[in-house]
Amino acid sequence: MTAAVDLKNVVKRYGPVTALHGVSLAIADNEFFTLLGPSGCGKTTLLRLIAGFEDISEGEIRLFDKDIAGLEPNLRPVNTVFQHYALFPHMTVLDNVAFGLKMKGVDPVARRARAGQMLEMVHLSAFADRFPSQLSGGQQQRVALARALAPEPKVLLLDEPLSALDLKLRQAMRVELKQLQEQTGITFIFVTHDQEEALTMSDRIAVMSAGRVQQIGTARDIYEAPENRFVADFIGETNLLQVDVAAVREGRATVVLPGGKQIVCPASGTSSGRHNLSIRPERLTISDNADLMATVERVVYLGTDLQVIAHLDSGEPISLRLQNAARVSLPEPGQRIGLHLEEGGARLLAD
Amino acid sequence: MKGVRHYPGFLPLTILCLVVLYTPLIVVAVYSFNASTSITSWGGFSLRWYGEVFTGREAARFGQAAWNSITIALMAATTATVIATAAALAMVRGGPFRGRQASFALINLPLMVPEIVIAVATLIFFSTIGLRTGYLTILLAHITFCIPFAYLPIAARLEGIEGTYEQAARDLYATRAQAFRLILLPLMMPGVISGWLLAFIISLDDFIITNFVKGAGMETLPTAIFGSVKQGIKPNIMAISTLMLLVSVLFVTAAYLINRKGRQSP
Ligand SMILES: Nc1ncnc2c1ncn2[C@@H]1O[C@H](COP(=O)(O)OP(=O)(O)O)[C@@H](O)[C@H]1O
Ligand SMILES: [Mg+2]
Repeated sequence: MTAAVDLKNVVKRYGPVTALHGVSLAIADNEFFTLLGPSGCGKTTLLRLIAGFEDISEGEIRLFDKDIAGLEPNLRPVNTVFQHYALFPHMTVLDNVAFGLKMKGVDPVARRARAGQMLEMVHLSAFADRFPSQLSGGQQQRVALARALAPEPKVLLLDEPLSALDLKLRQAMRVELKQLQEQTGITFIFVTHDQEEALTMSDRIAVMSAGRVQQIGTARDIYEAPENRFVADFIGETNLLQVDVAAVREGRATVVLPGGKQIVCPASGTSSGRHNLSIRPERLTISDNADLMATVERVVYLGTDLQVIAHLDSGEPISLRLQNAARVSLPEPGQRIGLHLEEGGARLLAD
Repeated sequence: MKGVRHYPGFLPLTILCLVVLYTPLIVVAVYSFNASTSITSWGGFSLRWYGEVFTGREAARFGQAAWNSITIALMAATTATVIATAAALAMVRGGPFRGRQASFALINLPLMVPEIVIAVATLIFFSTIGLRTGYLTILLAHITFCIPFAYLPIAARLEGIEGTYEQAARDLYATRAQAFRLILLPLMMPGVISGWLLAFIISLDDFIITNFVKGAGMETLPTAIFGSVKQGIKPNIMAISTLMLLVSVLFVTAAYLINRKGRQSP
């Protein structure tokens, strides 16, 4: 099967700055693909390369098997929803949405009809004759979406489109975006630094850091099986413990926990020696069947959850999440507790 | 911190400045409506000097001078605006290129060089290349010194327009030319218009350079007024001056309003 977008060892340099160091990605047709990473890691740069606003410095970039390196942006069947929308301020909402169709030579009657349909799809039919400055942020965002979808691109690029909206609207838009993607069948490449956004919407996620792709996988893959320390730390919360690795065989490692207990857990690396063990806070329970011994420092009330902040006997900090169920007893600060590690709750990281 | 109003002597100084600046203008404007021939004593309200401007002894001479001034100002402002727009696009949108700083300095240099120096240099230049002074030399000189005045508002406007609008247009299948014509040009229009208005006023108003390069028998309004005043100030000069003042104020106000409106709805 040919990929919608296929990047091979793409390098992008701005003078002395290297923004992307050899990125390889294959994004499937109809996929909701997310680029997730902290600010400055090269997400926007990657989108700009796909849209054609910048040329790649090295490597290969293909769109449905066609080499598009050096192709002008207006010749690529790719549309973008810009971070700050970039709606044309001197045109009405309808003219904004019809712009791409006009440039493609669609006749006025047909393009008005199609733009009208697009506005209906994003629930803004009543605003067709307004100017962008007369709309709220959320409405502008939907106009930008309608404008980018109207010419029926093969790939839609979205650069942190929800970051300027308030929380409630952001949550509603997540659902709406996902539905739009399924409805239209267009490949979405979605950029965000918000891991929750990435986890809830994406078919697959590429976690990026410092111009490199760290891991590609489904939400479940990258959450449950982070390959390195960056991914484990960036996605969700995690406890990182330095442990001695006794043996590694067939992707499973035998490690010695602080306190001496040995466990077997999945491993991303294969070497023995001293490595980081990632333990998700919600995979720890307070139990007499203890793998680790700790002393409680604080209990933080988070509504649905309780966060227990503690330190191990060896001094390392550790935190756990307990569901806020009707509990007989809550741990008290200063109390010594035994921590039980659920099966598959820990993972040995390569670095 | 106290506002500037509270500094000792601020108020008297302000009043002094305003009086020195505006009293002469007010006197000229008021006395242009004087019924008497005297330029010092008030003889009642009348429009006779405005009539004199259009029908009097000097009407033909001033009419020709006004025609020259206006046609030169129209052509000089338009040409300078086109050049300034191209320059602003290169400077603001052209990305980094060699000689960018130098280009910026060259475009704006005429604002810093004393006008008399430009006047002399321009005259020497025209006579070196053998161009006879007259209408054409005035026009060429005006185009040159109008460029920086047109450039400043255009470049300022362009700097305020984010590059993402053009990118969005290109993304939506517009060619470079279409993105410029349909998106960038309309967005920078307020700057272009106020640049043109400023250039027009600067051209209409110029005396020193014009006086050097105009040649014998060729007059613009400022040189004609100066020639007339040399034989003594007559009230009709006040009427002409008041009319020019009115045109200037209207144009500058228009430039200001267009610029401000543009800034509100970018
Ligand atoms: N036009 C440019 N010139 C120089 N450096 C740039 C340019 N665009 C981006 N960069 C650099 O490339 C890196 C990645 O930037 P960007 O792709 O915008 O990150 P993100 O979108 O993930 O926040 C940053 O270090 C940034 O400074
Ligand atoms: Mg970005």
